[in-house]
Amino acid sequence: MLEQLPAVILLAPLFGALLISLFGLRERRACFPVAFASLLIALASAIGAGTRAFTGGAYDYFIGGWEEPLGIGIVLRVDSLNGLLLIAIAVVAVLALIFTIRPSSEKDEGKTAYFYILFLLLCVGLFGITITGDAFNLFVLIEVSALTSYGLVAIGSSRRCKMAAFHYLLMGTVGASFYLLGVGYLYLKTGSLNIQDINTILATNAVVSESPGVTTAFILILVGIWIKMAFFPLYGWLPNAYSYCPSGSACLLAPLMTKVSVYVMIRVMLSIFGLEWVFGHPGWSDLVVWLAVIAILAGSIMALAQREIKRMLCYLIVAEIGYMVGGAWLNDPNLWGLTGAFYHILADAMMTLCLFLTAGIFFKYRGISEIADLDGIFKKMPLTSIGFVIGALAMIGVPPTCGFFSKFYLIRGGIEGGQWEYVAALLISSLVNAVLFFRIFEIAYFGKKPAEGHDHEHNHEHEHEHEAPAQTVLPAREAPLSALIPLLAAAALILLVGIFNGQIVELIRVAFEIPSTVVSNLR
Amino acid sequence: MVEFFLNTVKPHFNFWVYVILMMVGLWSLIAKNNLIKKMMGLAIFQTAIILFYVSLGVKDGATIPVLEHYGDYAEKAEPAGPDASKPASKPAPNPASMPAPAASNPADAFANPVPHVLMLTAIVVGVATLGVALALCEMIFKEFDTLEEDELLRKIKALHDDA
Repeated sequence: MLEQLPAVILLAPLFGALLISLFGLRERRACFPVAFASLLIALASAIGAGTRAFTGGAYDYFIGGWEEPLGIGIVLRVDSLNGLLLIAIAVVAVLALIFTIRPSSEKDEGKTAYFYILFLLLCVGLFGITITGDAFNLFVLIEVSALTSYGLVAIGSSRRCKMAAFHYLLMGTVGASFYLLGVGYLYLKTGSLNIQDINTILATNAVVSESPGVTTAFILILVGIWIKMAFFPLYGWLPNAYSYCPSGSACLLAPLMTKVSVYVMIRVMLSIFGLEWVFGHPGWSDLVVWLAVIAILAGSIMALAQREIKRMLCYLIVAEIGYMVGGAWLNDPNLWGLTGAFYHILADAMMTLCLFLTAGIFFKYRGISEIADLDGIFKKMPLTSIGFVIGALAMIGVPPTCGFFSKFYLIRGGIEGGQWEYVAALLISSLVNAVLFFRIFEIAYFGKKPAEGHDHEHNHEHEHEHEAPAQTVLPAREAPLSALIPLLAAAALILLVGIFNGQIVELIRVAFEIPSTVVSNLR
Repeated sequence: MVEFFLNTVKPHFNFWVYVILMMVGLWSLIAKNNLIKKMMGLAIFQTAIILFYVSLGVKDGATIPVLEHYGDYAEKAEPAGPDASKPASKPAPNPASMPAPAASNPADAFANPVPHVLMLTAIVVGVATLGVALALCEMIFKEFDTLEEDELLRKIKALHDDA
C-alpha cells in the first residue's frame, strides 16, 4: 500500500473533483467536506511519499506498471526536492481551502461547486507538475493547472476579473506552447521524453548535447516557463490576474502557481539538461542574473508605487521571482544559490499565503482594498494583524522567519559566485520591502488621518490625501475562525520553516549534490 | 532564388511552414484589436506547433505504425533496393557497419507514432483552451457590450476612476 502513495497524491483531489461534480451541484454543503477530505488525504500521502524519499533516496513510480522507456508510460518520480514541494503545496492548499468556507457574497454562493471543482483540479495539476518524470506530461499538467487557474480568476463577481483572465489565458497559452515546442526539439534530438533518459543521453552523447537543436530546445523551454512564472519582462499578466480575482482563488494561486513554475525551471536545469550543460555556456549565467536584478529592482519600485494592498503584493511577487531565478542561475553552478532558490520557493509560498490571506481578510470582512484605509486596523483586528506582521517581517527578511534564511543563502551564493549586482539588488529590495511594510504598520497602528469624531495622531506629516474612508467607524471585530486558523497557521509555518531551515536545507542539498568535477572543470 | 528554394526550403518545407504559421499566429495575437481575432491567432499558433510535431514523425516511404501493414512496405521497398528507400536527410554514418539493409529494419517501415500520439493530447488541450477563451469572451461581451480591446480598456479605466 505504501508504495502506491505517489499516485494517491494525484488521485485523491482528482476523485474529490469528480465527486463534487457528481453530487456537489445539488448538495452545496457537501462540497467543502469532500474537498477538505481529499486534500487531507493528499497531504498525508505527500508526507508519506516525501518521507520515503528523504530517508531512502529518490524513487520512481510507474503508473500501470508500464516501465520506461518502452513507450509513453506515465512515470512519477519522487526525490527529496519535490517531496518537500509536494508537502508545501498540500499544506498551502489545505489552508487556502479553509479560508474559502464562507463565500464572500450571496452572488458567489451559486458558484460554490464550480469553485471547489476548479480548486481541486488546480491542485491535481500542481501536484502533477511537481511529481512527474516525463517532459511531455509536464506540459499537459502545466496546462491542467493553467486552465483551471483561468477559471479561478474569472469566477469572481468583479467586472474586471474577466478581462484579466482573458489576458492571463493568452499569455499562459503562449508560454505553454513555447514549452511544448522546446520539448519537441528535445525529442527530435534525443528521441526520448523521459526526463532521466534525456539527461543520460545528453550527458553521454556529446554530438547530441552540442547540437544547436538542444540549445534551441533549452531556450524555448526557458522562455515558456518564464512567461508562466511572470519573470520580469514577461510579467504583464500577473498583477491584474491576481489582484482582481476573488480572495479565495488568490490565496491558492498567488503562493503556488509562480513558485511551481520556478520549480519547473530548476527541474529543467538540474534534471533534464544537467547543470554541467547549462553552465557550460559562458555568459548565460551573467545574462540571466542581470535580468533577475532588473526584475528585483523593477518589482520593488513598482510595488512602492501601488495604493492597493493586493496589487502591491503582486509586484512583490514579481520581485521574489527575480530572487529565485537569479539564485538558481548564479555562477559556477552555485550550491548556495541553488539551495537558496529552492528554499525560497518554500519560504515564499508560506509568506505569500500569509500576506494574501490578510489582504483577503481585510477585503472580505472589512471591505478594505487600499493601503490608506487600513487606518487603525491593528486595534480592531489584533489577531489578523499579528499574522500580517509576521508575513511582512518575513518579506523584509527579519531573523527567525524563513525570509531571513532564504536571503542569507541567496546572498551567500551571490558573494561566492562573485555576482555583486545580485547581492546589491537583494539588499536594496529588502530595504524597499522594509519601507513598504513599515509604512503600512504606521498607518495601521497609529492611524493616518483624523477620524471623523476624534482627531488624534494628526501630527504625522504625510502627503496621503484620500477620500474619507467609510471603515473608520466600524467597531472592533475580529475575522471569523475560518479565516484566522489558516492565517495563524501560515504565520506559524513561516516561523517553523525558518527555525528548521537547517534540516530543510540538508534535504535540498542531497538533491543538489553537484559533482565536484563540474565545478573544477569550469574554474 | 530558385536555388534557395530547392536547397533550403524544399527539404524542410514543413518546418518553414510551421515557423511562418507560428509568426502569423503570434502577430495576430499581439496586433489585433478584437478579442476573437486574438483567439484565432492563438489557435493558429497552437496548430503550427501541431504541424511541427506531426512532421517529426514522418519518414520517407514508411507506412502507418500497424504491424499488419509491414508486408506492404517490404514489397514496395524490395525492388527499389535499400539505398533508394533511405531518406536523404538521414545518411547512414558507415554503411559497412550496418547490420542489414534499411528495408529489413522494422523500425524504418513505420512512421514514428509517438509525436502523433502526443499531438492528440495537445489538440485536446488546445480545444479546452479555446473553449475557456470563448467562454471568457462571452462573459466580457455581456459585461461590457464590446470585444474591441481599446474600448474595453477605456471602459475598465472608467470603472477604476469611479471606484
